[in-house]
Amino acid sequence: MSSVSTRLAHKPADYKSDLKPIWCPGCGDYHVLMSFTRAFAQLGLAPEKIAVISGIGCSSRIPAYTNCYGFHGVHGRSLALAAGLKVTRPDLTVVVASGDGDGYSIGGNHFLHACRRNIDMTYVVMDNRIYGMTKGQPSPTTEPEFDTALTPGGSGVAPFHPLVVALASGANFIARCFSGEPNETADVLAAAITHPGFSFVEILSPCVTFRPDQKEWKELVRPAPVVATNDQGKAARRLMTDDGFNLGVLYRGDRVPFQPAVGASDTDLSVLEKDFEL
Amino acid sequence: MGASPSISIAIVGSGGAGALTTGNSLLEAASAAGWHGLFTRTLGPQIRGGEAAGLLRLAVHPVDCLPGQFDLIIGIDWLNAHRFGDEIKAGPQTLVISDPRGGEPPPMVTRSGARVVEIPMKEMAKSITDGRPNMIALGIASRLLGFSIEQVFAPIAKRLADKGPEAIEASRDGIRAGFDAAAGIDFDAQLAAPNPSDTRRWLLSGNEATALGAIRGGVRFAAAYPITPATEILEWLAPSLAKIGGVLLQAEDELAAINMIIGSSYGGTPALTATSGPGLSLMIEALGLATAAEIPVVVVDVMRGGPSTGIPTKSEQTDLSIAIYGLHGDAPHLVLAPQSVGDCLFTTQWATYLAETLQAPAIVLSDQFMGQSRAAIERPADVAFIGARTVATNISGTYKRYALASNGVSPMAIPGTLGGQYTADGLTHSETGTPTSGATDHLAQLDKRRDKLDHFNFGDHWASVEGTGDLALITWGSLTGAAREAAGRAATDGLDIRVIAPRLLAPVQPERLASALEGVKRILVVEQTHGGQFHRFLRAHYDLPAPVRVFNRPGPLPITAGEIHRAITDWR
Repeated sequence: MSSVSTRLAHKPADYKSDLKPIWCPGCGDYHVLMSFTRAFAQLGLAPEKIAVISGIGCSSRIPAYTNCYGFHGVHGRSLALAAGLKVTRPDLTVVVASGDGDGYSIGGNHFLHACRRNIDMTYVVMDNRIYGMTKGQPSPTTEPEFDTALTPGGSGVAPFHPLVVALASGANFIARCFSGEPNETADVLAAAITHPGFSFVEILSPCVTFRPDQKEWKELVRPAPVVATNDQGKAARRLMTDDGFNLGVLYRGDRVPFQPAVGASDTDLSVLEKDFEL
Repeated sequence: MGASPSISIAIVGSGGAGALTTGNSLLEAASAAGWHGLFTRTLGPQIRGGEAAGLLRLAVHPVDCLPGQFDLIIGIDWLNAHRFGDEIKAGPQTLVISDPRGGEPPPMVTRSGARVVEIPMKEMAKSITDGRPNMIALGIASRLLGFSIEQVFAPIAKRLADKGPEAIEASRDGIRAGFDAAAGIDFDAQLAAPNPSDTRRWLLSGNEATALGAIRGGVRFAAAYPITPATEILEWLAPSLAKIGGVLLQAEDELAAINMIIGSSYGGTPALTATSGPGLSLMIEALGLATAAEIPVVVVDVMRGGPSTGIPTKSEQTDLSIAIYGLHGDAPHLVLAPQSVGDCLFTTQWATYLAETLQAPAIVLSDQFMGQSRAAIERPADVAFIGARTVATNISGTYKRYALASNGVSPMAIPGTLGGQYTADGLTHSETGTPTSGATDHLAQLDKRRDKLDHFNFGDHWASVEGTGDLALITWGSLTGAAREAAGRAATDGLDIRVIAPRLLAPVQPERLASALEGVKRILVVEQTHGGQFHRFLRAHYDLPAPVRVFNRPGPLPITAGEIHRAITDWR
């Protein structure tokens, strides 16, 4: 693939910055970071040719913990920022990191349109079904009965199904991972980066502080008992009936990525001025 | 009556009647013959069926504003014309051409004492296969204004090139019929001969000029979310960027548009979006991000009546406050305002250059009036303001993206540059970009971002200053043209007026304004707002060393030179 440039002998450590991550002990995001660096090393990407783009939230801290170019932008808008970057710099590998609040709530509209637009980038959402950084409010993936200070007795609102939404909106690659399995996650991330078009990877990444119940996730997850399909109908049925714990690549589409032609910038503007000459 | 330096024509019809085509064709014919001109349309937000009028002013010299009163009004029909009552003023010298089957002329015509001549444009059009009344109107106007049939037909033929020979013939027949029907009608107002000029005229709208200015300044990426009255900027950029190796991306909303251009610029490609008040409101948060992360971007706000949805098709200057003060936190950024259709090109180019040089966002405050007016102007000169960002190359050791340079501008590493990896951040950060909540870093970076703007020498382009009188008109944006014309009228009364219009609104330039105001005895602030935003802004940042009066009123009607002239003469 054109966006992947290779260099010899990259180790995961080459992609880590000197900053010590600030996450709660036991947070799933530590493992996600590990999976990122392993995937980059596996693909042999040059760190300076990768851009990791994020919004706001615990998961969005990840760019600064890598040794890649990064952008920690405003809440919910990472996909839009990444789109502007990737269409003008198709030579870069662009990975977007988000969480369930950042990506599905405030950033929900951009999620739909990023799937639809199908620009060649990888979107990783670390889903812990809670707003962690603001100390425990329900997100679009929180169970309706989950009790919080903001929603005493539960929100009473049914959760959103991101993988189904991604499929319906046109994402070209859909996978689910569990942060507790960093090697498997790294393999899926590498596949997502390599796959042309918009790749969506949901990573179940427990919040041990506000969702201690999620420690059970390691018992619930299992490899999906199916292989990835490129049939949207089959994928839709599979995702709609899924209990949220099937892991692996669930859909691999074959849509052509959106990439307008960008050329060497022409400084002779006389061709444009003709529009105005009488 | 002798030849006049300017002449004004209004073409009125219900939406879809083609009044705008008639007006545009007259402008094109006059421009080709060497006159200057300004054409603006006035219409509701409808596509078809509402009101529409084309307002045209032709002149020997460049014109930047509409007249108080029209010399010629052609009513193809008057079905919705009462809605223009306030806008299209007639007087006893006005000639009105009216179709007897086009409904009753509105009170603006009947009460003005204007001379009304009836010509059955609809019926005449019916007798021509595929004939259209607006072509009859064009023929009438061409005879009255002293153009030949061929002169007004040329732009129509160009317009209809792909519609086939029948459509072109029908138009020519219509023009000829109108031309013949106008024989013998007295019309005294005649334009003086154009000044000979070596340069070829350009004909463009302020929105098109804005877009070309951005490209001249280096913009090669645009993100687009449609909004009246800014859409033409984006629609012109889409094919134009593609021709020169750039790209336009349609965004899902304004939140996406602003973040897309930040992403593009972060990747090294200068970027712009264009919007109006409602969109600017949505972009404000990310403009703060561009300020904090020091990413150059250009946002053009073609202002319309507000607040909220307001009056999308009419002009106001009421986004000044949000543009200057809207960002939360202490967020120094650039705000500029063009002063005419032609100046939209220069100011947007300069804004792009400044944004790139200073690694800061720039808001360009255009408005509906100049954005959607078409003008015949001299080709704007090429200027040297081409964005040249200070980038980091050959990086060794620890790269400090936000290093405390003496001029506040630190070299920016573009992704792909080995050793320059950093994370751009909206969080308060240290010199390396690492997030911190420490007081020392916070203050140092606030100072850096303020100083890079405050210490930059913006030169003489910061404002236009004309005249030396001791009464100063301070205005801005598209009102500059009307203010200059008012000053010109005052000069014929023997009153010398100084017109000062800042093109650079932020950062403020107190010393430059102080020197521009030297010796003034009175100051008249002129602005198109209800709340006096510009006056308050001046009071907050500038010393106004003389008694001040304010002439302000909101849209939707453009402020005319006559109104400003009255405000001057009323102050005794």
